[in-house]
Amino acid sequence: MTLTDQLKSGLDAPICLTWEWTYACNLACIHCLSSSGQRDPRELTTAEMKAVIDELHDLQVFYINVGGGEPTIRPDFFELVEYCVDRGVGVKFSTNGSRITPERARRLATMDYVDIQISLDGADEATNDAVRGQGSWAMARRAMDNLRDAGFGPGGVHGPFKLSVVMTRHNIPQCGQLEQLAAEYGAELRLTRLRPSGRGADTWHELHPTQDQQRELYQWLLDRPGVLTGDSFFHLSALGESLPGLNLCGAGRVVCLIDPVGDVYACPFVLHDEFKAGSVRDTGGFTHVWRRSDLFTELRQPTSAGACASCGSYDACQGGCMAAKFFVGLPLDGPDPECVKGHGEAALAKLDGSQRPDAGPGHSKPVPVKLTHKPVLVG
Amino acid sequence: MEDTITSDERESVEDDESYAEDELLVEEISIDGMCGVY
Amino acid sequence: MRGLLSPGTVNAFDPARAYRLHAKVALRPEPFGALAYHYGNRRLNFLRSPDLVDLVKDLGNHHSVTAALQASPVEPVRHPAFCRALAQLAASDFLEPVPEQEP
Repeated sequence: MTLTDQLKSGLDAPICLTWEWTYACNLACIHCLSSSGQRDPRELTTAEMKAVIDELHDLQVFYINVGGGEPTIRPDFFELVEYCVDRGVGVKFSTNGSRITPERARRLATMDYVDIQISLDGADEATNDAVRGQGSWAMARRAMDNLRDAGFGPGGVHGPFKLSVVMTRHNIPQCGQLEQLAAEYGAELRLTRLRPSGRGADTWHELHPTQDQQRELYQWLLDRPGVLTGDSFFHLSALGESLPGLNLCGAGRVVCLIDPVGDVYACPFVLHDEFKAGSVRDTGGFTHVWRRSDLFTELRQPTSAGACASCGSYDACQGGCMAAKFFVGLPLDGPDPECVKGHGEAALAKLDGSQRPDAGPGHSKPVPVKLTHKPVLVG
Repeated sequence: MEDTITSDERESVEDDESYAEDELLVEEISIDGMCGVY
Repeated sequence: MRGLLSPGTVNAFDPARAYRLHAKVALRPEPFGALAYHYGNRRLNFLRSPDLVDLVKDLGNHHSVTAALQASPVEPVRHPAFCRALAQLAASDFLEPVPEQEP
């Protein structure tokens, strides 16, 4: 069995997993995949969180990728991070930077098993704030300065932090500047794919890259193996040489998601009943869900190309991303909406809007009648 | 703990042809970039 | 990006020396062998053979890699492949030379 086949048929425990620690957030990014904003009253308690961490330790999950919402808003954030590290579970967390003060940055710099990722969606304030809200750029830049000053990066006491960017029509032209920005801090650059998930469903059609931009991005990534993310854009591998990385969807097989109320989903981009495997609050906890849930068992079966069988690129692209397909209303056994051969566009054109799934209530804060920020079109 | 960064090149076992005829006993992979992996 | 040791400064892997699993590496058994994760440099390796996994765990008990291999059930014809695998692990810091004199 090749390595890829091994991974596709699932492991006894995830290598790592994503864990959203809260739906509370001080921002209201227009594309938020978890539709975050308001804390859910059923949020896992500190004790429940620690019980899950104990399970992950027993399973030998190597590390967790903590997000939300804004995870640092949880009052027990540091307590939980330290609980993980004490048990040998590494922590990589994603933050908008709002609580990364110089003091907290210094504290985090002493924690060897903890890595940090700052979210930023543009190379300048206008581009970023159009998506993440007024003030978010300044907040992120302050956090980056604090992390650098505390020793994150070359010559410092801690490895580099990461800069994570969701690629849109407006910031793909800024790849070079993003690379420069990361380089200024000795940070690693991570580019991720916009999915029509969460609040992203509402703006995906206007924000997702054009086909020309996808080709541009693909070439740019090929030339820069040091930029993280080949896997998030594996659908682009149908353009030619595969991007670095596994080029496969790890959902339910290598990784999965635990949400703030303990629900387990295949991945962070499919917070929907259709892709819910169970709950850590069920008998048998997380372990039982990972090993025995119907959903994950199904995801670990070999898949066929379905409607993509006649296209020569299926082996390279695997039919793309199930979250992208699901939330625009396309069938899972057909092309990705951003299929580089155009099959996705053709399929989308046949939809009438009734195929889109119900979004569910989400956890967004109520939107004021008057918009406080308007998307700024750039370029 | 310091990380000495001296090369941008990934060491990829899969690309090394001298392993083509031998057992591939160790395979390095990176899951950085897999969705939800920060 | 991940703590690669410069080719100029790393000592070439020497099977006549003693090596051991790096203290920051976690080995997680799998049906096919093991997953190995280095908490220091964040790298991830798949060990594709249970024999290799056993060897890696046992390495530190021997005065040399050669001795460890000889003590193992691995047939001599596979020794070169196993040595190369160990060299690979050493190159990404998953194995470290045992200091000449332990305190």
